[in-house]
Amino acid sequence: MNRFAHLLDRLAYEPGRNNKLRLMTEHFRTAPDPERGWALAALTGSLSFRHAKPGLIRALIIERADPVLFEWSYDYVGDLAETVALMWPTSTGCEHAPSLTDVVTGLATLGKSEMPGRLARWLDALDETGRWALLKLVTGGLRIGVSARLAKTAVAALGDKAPDEIELIWPGLVPPYLELFAWVEGRGDKPAAVNPVSFRPAMLAHAIEEPELAALDPAAFMGEWKWDGIRVQAVAGKRADGNRIARLYSRTGEDVSNSFPDLIEALAFEGAIDGELLIRRDGRVQSFNMLQQRLNRKTVTAKLLEEFPAHLRAYDLLIEGEEDLRERPFAERRARLEALVGRLDPARIDLSPLVAFATWEELAAARADPAAHGAGADAGAVEGVMLKRRDAPYVPGRPRGPWWKWKRGPILVDAVLMYAQRGHGKRSSFYSDYTFGVWRTGPEGDELVPVGKAYFGFTDEELIKIDRFVRRNTVNRFGPVREVVHERDKGLVVEVAFEGLQRSTRHKSGLAMRFPRINRLRWDKPPGEADRLETLEKLLEPIPA
Amino acid sequence: MRPHELLVSTPAGLCCPPGGFHIDPRRAVDRALITHGHSDHARAGHGAVLATAETLDLMRLRYGEGFARETQAVRYGETIRIDGVAATFHPAGHVLGSAQILIEAQGLRIVASGDYKDVADPTCAPFAPVACDVFITEATFGLPVFRHGDPMAEIAKLLDSVALFPERAHIVGAYSLGKAQRVIALLRRAGHDKPIYIHGALETTTRYYASRGVDLGDVRPVRDAAKAELAGAIAIAPPSSLKDVWTRRFPDPVTAFASGWMRVRARARQRGVELPLVISDHADWDGLGATITATGAGEIWVTHGEEDALVRWCTLNGRRAQPLHLVGYGEEDEQA
Repeated sequence: MNRFAHLLDRLAYEPGRNNKLRLMTEHFRTAPDPERGWALAALTGSLSFRHAKPGLIRALIIERADPVLFEWSYDYVGDLAETVALMWPTSTGCEHAPSLTDVVTGLATLGKSEMPGRLARWLDALDETGRWALLKLVTGGLRIGVSARLAKTAVAALGDKAPDEIELIWPGLVPPYLELFAWVEGRGDKPAAVNPVSFRPAMLAHAIEEPELAALDPAAFMGEWKWDGIRVQAVAGKRADGNRIARLYSRTGEDVSNSFPDLIEALAFEGAIDGELLIRRDGRVQSFNMLQQRLNRKTVTAKLLEEFPAHLRAYDLLIEGEEDLRERPFAERRARLEALVGRLDPARIDLSPLVAFATWEELAAARADPAAHGAGADAGAVEGVMLKRRDAPYVPGRPRGPWWKWKRGPILVDAVLMYAQRGHGKRSSFYSDYTFGVWRTGPEGDELVPVGKAYFGFTDEELIKIDRFVRRNTVNRFGPVREVVHERDKGLVVEVAFEGLQRSTRHKSGLAMRFPRINRLRWDKPPGEADRLETLEKLLEPIPA
Repeated sequence: MRPHELLVSTPAGLCCPPGGFHIDPRRAVDRALITHGHSDHARAGHGAVLATAETLDLMRLRYGEGFARETQAVRYGETIRIDGVAATFHPAGHVLGSAQILIEAQGLRIVASGDYKDVADPTCAPFAPVACDVFITEATFGLPVFRHGDPMAEIAKLLDSVALFPERAHIVGAYSLGKAQRVIALLRRAGHDKPIYIHGALETTTRYYASRGVDLGDVRPVRDAAKAELAGAIAIAPPSSLKDVWTRRFPDPVTAFASGWMRVRARARQRGVELPLVISDHADWDGLGATITATGAGEIWVTHGEEDALVRWCTLNGRRAQPLHLVGYGEEDEQA
């Protein structure tokens, strides 16, 4: 238990992804079976215990400490597991510290009446970190910045296997994953993928700019709209007992089925469809910020289902029935997809329309005006166009050549730098986090109002220059935030690129930007010539009647 | 004589009217008794200063020669009589030269403990509880969640991390007086023989500690080292420099911070600390309780920190206690 606890502890503080991987892989390399398997189960969220609940922990600490001192301590620390782990009275050398296996088995099998006593004895036998880890297992939700996918990647690194191979067999595996470790370490066969609804790695595209199109042959490609939602894979099939089963995966293989029961119900086929998850209401596809209301929900209310109905716009067919279509050319897969989608409920699933073009100029025209070139009422949700070679098979990752994405150009605005904060991790010695604003008429004349924050988009050389500007032109400090000079004739203008604008009651300006980044530094422009709020407001969607 | 007649809290700090002196005053006074060299306790500008030789030396290093009109060095255990009041300095175990001050008059004994810790420290004389009627205690870590644990185990964590990431430098944030030198001494005790690098702000104090016989081994200024040399090395620096441009000269540094505040995870994360080391120069919750009990004092005055919680503990354990509001004390260089 202690070794696992120290791993969790270190992971909680480590900000870097590669270092987190290194810590986990090292743990999996040195910890024995089944301990490392239980650790993997905890890290991938595969453990849950019926009788072990937070209320139980509170009851235990109140028995052992003054309730007022507990409340003041909890108030200071802000986390129940940690407060109790720290406050727990240390006892001198009673039992041996439990192993992780003891803890997991105990938490899963002990009855309601025996749980408190056993939990207390374990807490007595562990050090602070051990107690914290144990209580984290009980309260659920480790919250140490490690995703299930990352943990599986760390396992894969043990034996130079690909993380996607582990994803494929994962649903058929059971903690403590003995056959998984045996296979990864070269001691056993690869566990069979008995999962009828496994995730297949997604195919991704490289970005392309207009001048680069000249080198490509338009006749070799098919075009379609790139929709502004979430890329997903909808997989449906039959279990061994004949019952239907369906799953919805994100582009990286995370299972998001629980957030979209309405769509899961509509997956009345056997196979795997690659598509875009969108909200479709009042006969048209809605904007991304509507979809945001449905994301990351563990449970969904009836109201949410009614207000934001989920929809799948299909791009590609990977599997149909027992047949794996991924090696077939795109044109053939497309034809098979059209036939399949035709048999499904159009209110929930439809086909992503192709964009017809003979020359690149025609495609550019379509991209510039989606509404007039087939996107119709859904034009607001078009992010750009996709180019896919007619003969391209479906392969994992981001190969260069078969698929290209030509996104619509970002919106550009000239804003004035107002505040700066230090960056994180490697950037923590630089002021690299910027708040910028545009002009509006205030009660006392023209004033700058913040419209967004950005922390990337500039080169390393530019960062050094902006950082120096910030340090030399600070007019005020609020804790970690520095206010820089921002007047009509003194200040720094930055050209900000962003994907979209939405209304926001949370922001002073009433607007929020999507993916803002610093595109260029305009040392030459006086701040007085930066853009006005009215210019931005024109870009907002008109409020529906 | 009642306790409040012997020592009383005033705007300038803790005052002894019969003796005509203050203890650790916040403003310039005629006569000051100073417990230790941290800047929130030891200030310049007083008339006469009475303190241990090490405390006076540290004040001289920080403030320059004329930091007081006259000074008098006192040894641990030596009693000085000031107008019918007896003052004796005892070790506080906080930093080199730190002292608890026992004030006696007409049979009444009050101990002003300044800042203290009851845990062994290779860089200073060990703390010993002093029997008294009134014990004035700090409450920096006055909540039951503050349990510092074993400093050598924290040092082991640091050395394990150095072994796990040999291409990176480890920068340890530590207060420049006391903590920095203690961390170096603990590393030596753990068998770490390699050169340890220090930030410029630590040089004067570290050299002074070495001159007083504290074994710190091979200590070098960071500024003389090339980037490649710093891979796999440990550097000690003031906490404020952890987020400064100064860190850019290190190869992919791991930020560590040696402080009792690191006990609470949210606090460590908030400061961007990757490797918290729970090493403190103050007594933890259990240490405060044990010390209060050991003094046998019937009345406790609680100053700077979580006063309410420690007062409550005293009350629950049958001792009279009250907060003594001495504003202006706390950790020096706490504000990054």
